[in-house]
This record gives sequence, C-alpha cells and structure tokens, in this order.
Amino acid sequence: MARILKKEQWSDTIFSMLIEAKDVAKASKAGQFIILIPKEHGERVPLTIADSSKDEGWVQIVFQVVGKSTLELSRMNEGDELYSFVGPLGMPSEVEKFSGKVIMIGGGIGIAPIHPIAKTLKDLGNHVVSIIGARTADLLIMEDKMKEASTELIVATDDGSKGKKGFVNMVLEELLATEADNVDRIWAIGPPIMMKACTESAKKFNKPIIVSLNPIMVDGTGMCGACRVTVGGKTKFACVDGPEFDGALVDFDELMARQRQYKEQEQKALELYKAKEGLA
Amino acid sequence: MAERIKPAEKFKRDRVPMKEQDPKERVKNFNEVPYGYSLEEAIKEAQRCLQCKPAACVEGCPADVHIPQFIDKIIDEDIEAAFKEIKITNALPAVCGRVCPQEEQCEGNCVMNKKGKPIAIGRLERFVADWAREHGIVDEDIDESQKKGKKVAIVGSGPAGLACAADLAKLGYDVTVFEALHKPGGVLIYGIPEFRLPKSIVNYEVEQIKKMGVKIYTDYVIGYIKTVDELVEEYDAVFLANGAGAPSFLGIPGENLNGVYSASEFLTRSNLMRAFDFPEFDTPIQAGKRVVVIGGGNVAMDAVRTAKRLGAEEAIIVYRRSRAEMPARAEEIEHAEAEGIRFELLTNPIRVIGDENGNVKGLECVRMELGEPDESGRRRPVPIEGSNFVMDVDNVIVAIGQNANPIVARSATGVETNKWGYFVADEETGKTTHPKVWAGGDIVTGAATVILAVGAGKKAAKSIHETLSAQ
Ligand SMILES: Cc1cc2nc3c(=O)[nH]c(=O)nc-3n(C[C@H](O)[C@H](O)[C@H](O)COP(=O)(O)OP(=O)(O)OC[C@H]3O[C@@H](n4cnc5c(N)ncnc54)[C@H](O)[C@@H]3O)c2cc1C
Ligand SMILES: Cc1cc2nc3c(=O)[nH]c(=O)nc-3n(C[C@H](O)[C@H](O)[C@H](O)COP(=O)(O)OP(=O)(O)OC[C@H]3O[C@@H](n4cnc5c(N)ncnc54)[C@H](O)[C@@H]3O)c2cc1C
Ligand code: SF4
Ligand code: SF4
Ligand code: FES
Ligand SMILES: [Mg+2]
Repeated sequence: MARILKKEQWSDTIFSMLIEAKDVAKASKAGQFIILIPKEHGERVPLTIADSSKDEGWVQIVFQVVGKSTLELSRMNEGDELYSFVGPLGMPSEVEKFSGKVIMIGGGIGIAPIHPIAKTLKDLGNHVVSIIGARTADLLIMEDKMKEASTELIVATDDGSKGKKGFVNMVLEELLATEADNVDRIWAIGPPIMMKACTESAKKFNKPIIVSLNPIMVDGTGMCGACRVTVGGKTKFACVDGPEFDGALVDFDELMARQRQYKEQEQKALELYKAKEGLA
Repeated sequence: MAERIKPAEKFKRDRVPMKEQDPKERVKNFNEVPYGYSLEEAIKEAQRCLQCKPAACVEGCPADVHIPQFIDKIIDEDIEAAFKEIKITNALPAVCGRVCPQEEQCEGNCVMNKKGKPIAIGRLERFVADWAREHGIVDEDIDESQKKGKKVAIVGSGPAGLACAADLAKLGYDVTVFEALHKPGGVLIYGIPEFRLPKSIVNYEVEQIKKMGVKIYTDYVIGYIKTVDELVEEYDAVFLANGAGAPSFLGIPGENLNGVYSASEFLTRSNLMRAFDFPEFDTPIQAGKRVVVIGGGNVAMDAVRTAKRLGAEEAIIVYRRSRAEMPARAEEIEHAEAEGIRFELLTNPIRVIGDENGNVKGLECVRMELGEPDESGRRRPVPIEGSNFVMDVDNVIVAIGQNANPIVARSATGVETNKWGYFVADEETGKTTHPKVWAGGDIVTGAATVILAVGAGKKAAKSIHETLSAQ
C-alpha cells in the first residue's frame, strides 16, 4: 500500500514526502507523474515524481499547498496510508546525450520536476546548466540536489534575497545572449506564465524548449479529456501525449484559462475544510 | 409454491409494471429510478411465461441465461434455486437485469411479443439477484482440489474482465485482475449513473468475485507500471479487457472552452468521484442553468439526466438526426422525457462560443433535414442552408462516442490491432494473434453492451481453459 515513509516541510507551503510504492518506483522514469487521492472523499491530485529509489521502493513527491487537497495531504503524517496512489503516468522525458549544453529551468515548485530530468541528463554525460528561481529565498527548494544534478547552477529570486535578482526567464535570456551557439536544448518547468516567458526568450534565439504542462486532470490515462491542451493548433491530452511538449507550439493562454475553471468551487472547498478543521 | 396458471390465462394477463420514483422527485436526487419487483409481483409476472422448448428468449441472450428454468423456480418460490440457475452462466445478474437492452435481446426474442408484451425477463433477473444479495446467498464454493496451479492475468475490471475472472476462478485458476482506476467495475462504476445502477450493487458483485479468490489490483495501469509483454512472461495466459476508454470530440471551434466536457469526464466526475456530493467529496463539477448534451445514445441520456439532477434548469439533447434514428434505448429516452429533458432533433452544433474569460456562453447550431440513406442504411442528415441559430448555454457535453485507448496495445508486442486500434480477436474464442493473449469486450468490438462484454469474457475463459488444459 502507499504509506507515507517520510515527511519534510521545506517552507511555509512546500512539503516533501517519500511514498512506499515498490512497483511504481521500479517503473518510473524522469518526466513522469503519479496521481494520488489523500483520503476516501478526496479528488485525484497529479504530482510529478521528484525522485525514486528502486532499491528502497519509494517515490518522492514535492508539493505546494495551494488548496483543499494539498492542504489535507500536508496534514497527513509518516505512517499514514494514502487512499490511492497510481503511476507512473505520462510519457518520460526524451533525454539523450546532446553535443552542446542543455539548460534546465525550474521555477518555484517546478524545481521538483526539473530535478530528475537534470539528473538523468547529467548521468548521460551532458553539460547541464540549471537555473532555479523562486519569489524569495525562503521558497527556494532543492538547491543542494540541483547543484549535484547540474554542471553549473544559477540561482535567482524575484526580490534578490538570494542569487541574482529577477525572473528565471531574464536569466535565461542573458545566458542565451552570450551562449546561444553552445546550447542544444532547453527545459523549463514552473507556473505557465513562467514557461510562456521562457518560451518567448528561447524563440528569440531560435532554440528548442521543452515545457511540462499541468492542466486539470481526472483519470490521467487518456480516458476523460479533462487535460486537453492545444499544441501546434491540435488538441492533445496532456496526461498521455505529454506532459512534456515543444513550448513553441503550446497555447499557454488557453492552458491558463482552463486551470481557472473551478476557481469558485476550489475556494469554497478550502474555506469549508479550514472551518471544519479549525484552521486559520 | 405458487400455482401454475393455464395458457389462456397467461395470455389474458398483462405484464406486471414496475413501480418507480416520481419524475418530479427523482430529478432532485441520485437514487435509483425503478424500485424493482416485490416477491408477489415477480411471481405474478413469472406465471405468464410459457416455458417454451426450445426457448426463443435464450437465443437472444448473449450469456445464454437459463431463462425458462429460473423463471419456473420463481413460481416455486425457490428464489435461491433461481439465483443459482442464473449464476451458472451469468456472473453479473443484478447488473444485467438493470442495464441490458432487453428489448433487443432476451425480451425482443420472447414469443409473447406476438400476443402482447414480452415476459419481463430483465426485471425478474434483477429481482432474483437483489433477493439473493439481501438474503446473503452466495453460490460459489470453490473446490480447493480443483486448483490448477496456473496463473492468468486480466487487464481491466469491467464486465468482460470480471466475467472472465469469475469463470476461471471457478475452474481453479489463480487469477489476478489489473485495474487502472482506484475502483473496480469499469464503465459500471465510472460511466453508468447511480440512478440507473447503484454503485453498492456493483461493489457487491465485485466482492463476490473476490471471495472466489480472484485478486484485484487497483491503481495499476498496464502499459506504464508493467507491459503486456511482461505479463506474458509472468503468467500462463493474459486476457485484455481494457474497454474503449478514449473520448471523441467534434473538432468544432471552441471545444476547449471552460464548461465543455466529454461525457466520460462529466460522468466520471459525478459517478466515480461523487462530484454530486461536492463539497463533501472534493471533486468539483459544473452544471450551469442551461446544459446541452450532444449525441443521441445511452451515454448522452445518462449525461443529460445527470446534468438535470445536478441542478440544470434546462437540460437539452442536441442530435443531428431524428428521433427514429436515436441509438439510445427507448426506455432511456422515455425516462429522459418524463424528467423534462428537452430534445432538439435534426440539429447539428457547429461552434461553441465563449465569453472574455474563456467560459462557454453559447452554442451555434444549424438545422438539418434527412436526405438519402448512407452506408449504415440510416438517412443522412444534411444542413439546411441559412438555418443557423445560437443557443445560450453554460455547459456543453460531448457524447458522440468512444475510441480505443492505445496505452495497453502499445505495450503488447505481437498482438495485432485493426486500423482503429482495437484488438483483433476471434469472435468465438477471444484468441488474438499472440498465442498467450486473449482479448474481449469493448476493446475488441468498440463500444457495445455489458452483456456482450460478459459473453466475451466467458468465451475467453473457456478458450483459455481449453488451451491451458491441453498443455
Ligand atoms: C502532470 C502534473 C504534475 C504536477 N506536479 C506537481 C508537483 O510536482 N508539485 C505540485 O505542487 N503541484 C503539481 N501539480 C499541480 C497539482 O496537481 C495541483 O496544485 C493540485 O491538484 C491542487 O489541488 P488542491 O485541491 O490543493 O487545490 P485547488 O484549490 O483545488 O486547486 C488549485 C489550482 O490547482 C490546479 N488543480 C486543481 N485540481 C487539479 C487537478 N485535479 N489536476 C491538475 N491541476 C489541478 C488548478 O489550476 C487550480 O486552480 C501538477 C499537476 C499536473 C497536471
Ligand atoms: C455512460 C455509459 C452508459 C452505458 N449504458 C449501458 C447500458 O445501459 N447497457 C449496456 O448494456 N451497456 C451500456 N454501456 C456500455 C457498456 O458499459 C460497455 O459496453 C461495457 O462496460 C464494456 O465492458 P468492458 O469490460 O469491455 O470494458 P469497460 O467497462 O470499459 O472496462 C474496462 C476497464 O479496464 C480498465 N483499463 C483501461 N485501461 C487499462 C490499463 N491500461 N490497465 C489496467 N486497466 C485498464 C478501465 O479503467 C476499466 O475499468 C454504457 C456505456 C457508457 C459509457
Ligand atoms: S443477461 Fe441480459 S439479455 Fe440475458 S437474460 Fe439477462 S437481461 Fe436478458
Ligand atoms: S420465450 Fe418468453 S415465454 Fe418463452 S420461455 Fe422465454 S420468456 Fe418464457
Ligand atoms: S486526465 Fe483524463 S484524459 Fe488526461
Ligand atoms: Mg482541489
């Protein structure tokens, strides 16, 4: 069963958990995700596989508390069992040994999913330049792990409390201004607005960029179509055709609009839960 | 024991009606619509049966249910015996008695049609299964000495997978079912609504199959966590019963606006995830004031009746042909009409219109007329020029059919699929092009019926048994 083996709080809102899931750990590859249901009345929550150990039989998830389900998950403890845990899902990242450098960009909670891809790329012998960013120093996660998974690591915060001051896409643009010729591939994972900005920067230099999309999902196996996104003018199901796509082809505005579909209900669910549990 | 009445008497008697929830009330809840027969009503209906030999009704049943025999036992008031008689060939009687298209199958073939109304075989089957459940009757005692020491893997826990699992377990095989979702049952759980098929009934039938020793691993997506190739290595035989779960869309502009659903998503949210109980259950769903469902099949009827229950003031079916061509069961259409569903027939949607926030606000349609018959023999609908109009709507649900989901197939080396991605399997045995792999149900036939899937599962079980016994 999917038991929580280890729980850590990394910031006010960011948590990491190791989940016991032997078969999932054995099969999982960089770029894939899982879907869990915290408790029986719960909804299906997709989360990227941040790390896994085949030997020890666990999968790591790193999540940010943004609403009812992630709040309830964050209040579960070591030893508790999740109601449901399924994976791996989605297509693995298409990794290979590139001749030039690869740039890996992780924004906010997006650092967690960029990590296994960076690690895999480095293991394949790539020169990996990683740019990780957060709003402020306290929210910056996995710096050490990213250092290990990269050849070079650049840190940025919006308020300048750590590393460079500014957004990750600005750092990317600076880097491309001097290094574009040596760069073969870019990956960017984070909020859609950040992936959109990075894509625009990459386009300026005519560099291919891969982004990982996080639309609302239900089953995660291609059965419902909730996760549809427009890529290159065609409708794709992010859960089975992705979650990674060529950023230059993605309709980010549609993605952002679709993510807002249940805003009102989500707000209501969160308030009710807080009231019931006596939380501020 | 009730009396056996004379044939003349039988012809005089009317089919016993089944009581159901008042339409005005039922649109406000998700409880089952028909109440089922009482023992007295069941006997009264059973007495009408002519006990034909051979029985035409059985010809129409894909599961070969021993119809006259079980009906006769109802008259004996030996419901337990009736139940065991049904269970010989059908592992899911409480389900089939509710959702089979009986008018085309058993009841459609009943000789009583010539004199009036057919015997209510489905209602009687349902009565017997419900009675057995309420009285804790179980029929399967597995004889441990029968154990074969051979392992069979089944992909998918819908009716095809469950039926195959039950039959193989009875024969002494070690059966493991792998299910992608967190609950077993397939469409019975995630597709067909509570008000037509209560989930407690599906869960009960699944529990019975588990009691026979069948292991069901939920949250296990074959193709990702394990390939079919790996299953072939680990098991003596593999049965693929993963259903036809991939929704079709129309391909019209505006289909990705917020508020547009596939019927699969809408029904999955409501049934599997219990969004109708939001916020007690966490999964949200939207059904605004005006909800349009596009399509004319059973799935469309389920979606539109669900929308109504979720609070839509107007729930509307938009279908491009006329009522005569609607593929939904007559009973479902009548139920929908009684519940106040509006039908816009001979109407084709051409564009979904959104507001500035990306939410649906309208649906542009064009009126159609029937032209020459097409390949299917049905008259082809053609648009009437200049008849375009816009309906104000809050939600659009697309219920125009299902495709094959490729996840299982692409992990199955040597198992041939046809050009639509369905497995190629022998109709009588379920054998595929791989010697250790069988397939059946919707993933072979395309979207069909519960009982055809049950039938396919049973045929595959028989063929697997024959093949493994010969080894
Ligand atoms: C493939 C994929 C990988 C993801 N990986 C991570 C991760 O590693 N770490 C992380 O913190 N978050 C990740 N997310 C996002 C995460 O799933 C949502 O934050 C979470 O579902 C929010 O649930 P909630 O009830 O707490 O918040 P809510 O208040 O319900 O929702 C907040 C916002 O989250 C999004 N959301 C809500 N429900 C879903 C859903 N069922 N599926 C997808 N998005 C939803 C919506 O945009 C919504 O407005 C991932 C999403 C996807 C699709
Ligand atoms: C809304 C709706 C209403 C219907 N109403 C009726 C009706 O009234 N009467 C009737 O006779 N028929 C009805 N049908 C049709 C009927 O339900 C199907 O024909 C029948 O369920 C097919 O059975 P199956 O076992 O082949 O597949 P399914 O029931 O689809 O089951 C397949 C199972 O396999 C699982 N699966 C898929 N991929 C994988 C994977 N990779 N790994 C593991 N598991 C996997 C799925 O999650 C699912 O549980 C209806 C269908 C729908 C959608
Ligand atoms: S299984 Fe279906 S077709 Fe067969 S007797 Fe029962 S209701 Fe009729
Ligand atoms: S055909 Fe009709 S009357 Fe004859 S045995 Fe079957 S159910 Fe009874
Ligand atoms: S989440 Fe259902 S198809 Fe992708
Ligand atoms: Mg939520």
